[in-house]
Amino acid sequence: MEKLIFEISSPGRKGYSLPKLDVPDADIKSLIPQECLRKDGPDLPEVSELDCVRHFTRLSQLNYSIDTNFYPLGSCTMKYNPKINEKMASLPQFTGLHPYQPETSVQGMLEVLYETEQALCKICGMDAFTLQPAAGAHGELTGMLIVRAYHTSKGNARKKVIIPDSAHGTNPASAALCGYEVVTVKSDKAGRIDLEALKSVMSEEVAVLMLTNPNTLGLFEKNVKEIADIVHKAGALLYLDGANLNALLGVARPGDMGFDVCHVNLHKTFSTPHGGGGPGAGPVGVKAILADFLPIPRIKQKRNKLSFDYDAKKSIGRVRAFYGNTGVIIKAYCYMRSLGADGLKDATLEAVLNANYLKAKLKKDYMLAVDGEPCMHEFVLTGKDKKEFGVKTLDIAKRLLDYGYYAPTVYFPLIVEEAIMIEPTETESKETLDAFAETMIKIAAEARSDPLLLTGAPHITPVRRLDEVLAARELNLRWKKPGA
Amino acid sequence: MKYSPHTDKDKKEMLAAIGAASPEDLFGAIPKEFRLQKLDLPEGISELELKKLIFEKTGKNYSTQKLDSFLGGGAYEHYIPQAVESLISRGEFLTAYTPYQAEASQGTLQAIYEYQSLICELTGMDVANASMYDGASALAEAVMLAVRETGRNRVIFSSSLHPEYRQVMKTYFEGYKIEFVEIPHAGGLFDEAALKREANDSTACVIVQNPNFFGCIEKADKIEAICHSCGALLIACVNPVSLGILKAPGGYNADIAVGEGQPLGIPLSFGGPYLGFFAVKEKHMRKMPGRVAGMTKDIEGKRGFVLTMQAREQHIRREKATSNICSNEGLMALAACVHLSLLGKEGMKEVARQNVLKSHYLKDKILKLSGFELMFEAPFFNEFVVRCGKETDKITGDLLKHGMIGGLPLGRFRADMKNCMLICVTETKSKDDLDRFAELLGKH
Ligand SMILES: Cc1ncc(COP(=O)(O)O)c(C=O)c1O
Repeated sequence: MEKLIFEISSPGRKGYSLPKLDVPDADIKSLIPQECLRKDGPDLPEVSELDCVRHFTRLSQLNYSIDTNFYPLGSCTMKYNPKINEKMASLPQFTGLHPYQPETSVQGMLEVLYETEQALCKICGMDAFTLQPAAGAHGELTGMLIVRAYHTSKGNARKKVIIPDSAHGTNPASAALCGYEVVTVKSDKAGRIDLEALKSVMSEEVAVLMLTNPNTLGLFEKNVKEIADIVHKAGALLYLDGANLNALLGVARPGDMGFDVCHVNLHKTFSTPHGGGGPGAGPVGVKAILADFLPIPRIKQKRNKLSFDYDAKKSIGRVRAFYGNTGVIIKAYCYMRSLGADGLKDATLEAVLNANYLKAKLKKDYMLAVDGEPCMHEFVLTGKDKKEFGVKTLDIAKRLLDYGYYAPTVYFPLIVEEAIMIEPTETESKETLDAFAETMIKIAAEARSDPLLLTGAPHITPVRRLDEVLAARELNLRWKKPGA
Repeated sequence: MKYSPHTDKDKKEMLAAIGAASPEDLFGAIPKEFRLQKLDLPEGISELELKKLIFEKTGKNYSTQKLDSFLGGGAYEHYIPQAVESLISRGEFLTAYTPYQAEASQGTLQAIYEYQSLICELTGMDVANASMYDGASALAEAVMLAVRETGRNRVIFSSSLHPEYRQVMKTYFEGYKIEFVEIPHAGGLFDEAALKREANDSTACVIVQNPNFFGCIEKADKIEAICHSCGALLIACVNPVSLGILKAPGGYNADIAVGEGQPLGIPLSFGGPYLGFFAVKEKHMRKMPGRVAGMTKDIEGKRGFVLTMQAREQHIRREKATSNICSNEGLMALAACVHLSLLGKEGMKEVARQNVLKSHYLKDKILKLSGFELMFEAPFFNEFVVRCGKETDKITGDLLKHGMIGGLPLGRFRADMKNCMLICVTETKSKDDLDRFAELLGKH
């Protein structure tokens, strides 16, 4: 067990150095009234640099990560994060730029942003992109605000947003945050929208349908054209949750399928690392009819110079301060340039190849949520047939950790009982997939022969199975000084 | 460059195992009419060519590491110890996902717990979350909490609030019937008399930014008294570095403390990725947005950490969640965690002191120049507004020629501040830098 940073603190120890104060010293109270000052300094730890380095290095070693383990987390596209992209994004001529520097002094940065917008337009078949949103869900909110602004400009903001029951939780949460009422529409066993069900909830009250395509079962929404027609006929818009764009690069474009707005996740499809939960970036693309509503500022090109345009007449405004997670965007830009047109398409072809290969290897020992058609970049299993041995999906997931694999996404999508959602991504080799499949098959055998091995898993991780109920019942969310 | 490892032989064997003739066969579900012939993008390039391409771009940037910058206004240049970058670039942190499988993510989870603890110490609040996107969106979500908690719809703030934060807040609430009351500042500060008139029993919250956009330190105690006397929540939006010496939000009884965590070990990076921090009094914690890590035990009684209080979140509550946030700014929170650990109790105090002393030194120097006056008499932390005799754009243009980025021209935010500049000084500037800056300004 690694101690807390507070537990290795010792009064008087220092892990920093500062230049000596070279301006005249003074009593701070002579400059700032005493009632504005704090009485005691914040109770922060006092550690040496080495203590600190060892502490966080040891913590890092408790993690599974792409750099160390296969990470088949469905819906998250955990592909390799190229090292060169990290290096390029960390160049001081990028990281040292203040957001309010004169535009003439940041032309190279603006070029990267501008070209990224253009490339995303071409990949998605959209007319304009904003890079402002900080993550997928932030992109969804931005998209919903654009939808609202569009309908408001037509005289009626409308009230409802339709979302399939197979959608990610952020979809309904984003629609609700934007003040919309969420209408859930049932999907079939394959996670595809039931056209009749859709028609029955469609009305002039509906602002937008939020669709994920390929859907969260890893299947393409074949009826997307019919869906778009139904939606557009009612004057509503079609939104794409682009979390699964890794299945479409160079193969098909959301804009061509009738989507009016979409977000993409640079931290999934475009290989920027997740950082243990961010930072990501969730750029939003729109068709020309919606371009005026995009957040400000927009990047404009004029006589070979790039600048920000703050004209806000129709814009929804801002969804964050400054311009976006530019440090993330640079990495995605590097990725797109490195792979290029053919490389991006190959990435998609091989991501889909990998998913289908793994699915073929597992389908004898696990039940597929949907059988009888190829999947796209990911597929979903159900662990329900293992229940008879007293084993749940959670137990299978935990047992995988013992074998050195991060677990797939579990219990999502909600429409699949005991779901196990597997997304291998294109950067994994056949050998890795073979070894993983073998392990999964072994675990299926263990479920039968020795279920306790699974229900007691994990056995060899830094900690054994953790008590979430205890955590929720006796909340301990921060360190407190003993006696305080 | 290509990062997928498959050889032709691999592909053949894999296709055979699937029972498909070609990878294209797997895309049968996509109607033909939507199939793309070819992406209209340049061909891929090698790593060497990529480097050259990026160096061409960076060659067109003038970074603050080369130029002396006096810009602040929500993004601050502070010295970041090397260990911060070295630690957060470790692949085990960098390339992990949100810690869904706790047993395989203890490093990330313990770091989040430590980060939450550090933010609580710094802000004087009870509970902090694992991070928000940035300071501005954190503020918008704080207002959301206040509106839901109180069931009221009036939101009061001063015109001394960062203009981009105000914009973000208004954007977030487009679909709500919220009455935003912006009180014109009085001498750079929240106008208490006006606040007394405006605060009433339909007020959900009062937002105090401290130090505010003009750098001035607010009389937070006075604002708190007025705010709480009408039952509204007090939201403090603070600069975390200032808390090395300034009274913490908990010290003036704020209900919610939010702010931009960038000054805690995160590079300027042209505005992102940054870090929204979010902390509350215990009574509001179940309405808090975002992920939270908590301590627990494993089946052998060993200490460990998990994500907890998840019943607030979108993956469980969907449209009834407290927020839609999923991915946050995890790695940036880790940077802040390492940074605060290295600086520690004394370091945070010393950095804050140097910021005060150096900014006041420059202020005194500038006031001795003719043609420059201080806009506001209020006390300040590390930035202050000066009114210049000339158009600020002229001055900053000239300064740039001398390798300096002047203060932030405020005309772009407010018509009544056309000749004003917000000047920020941190510990990164030496006395010589400040003297040289004042000397150059003096030529205007
Ligand atoms: C299908 C889907 N939609 C939306 C999201 C939300 O994206 P983010 O975490 O970047 O906000 C995710 C990722 O978790 C997802 O898988």
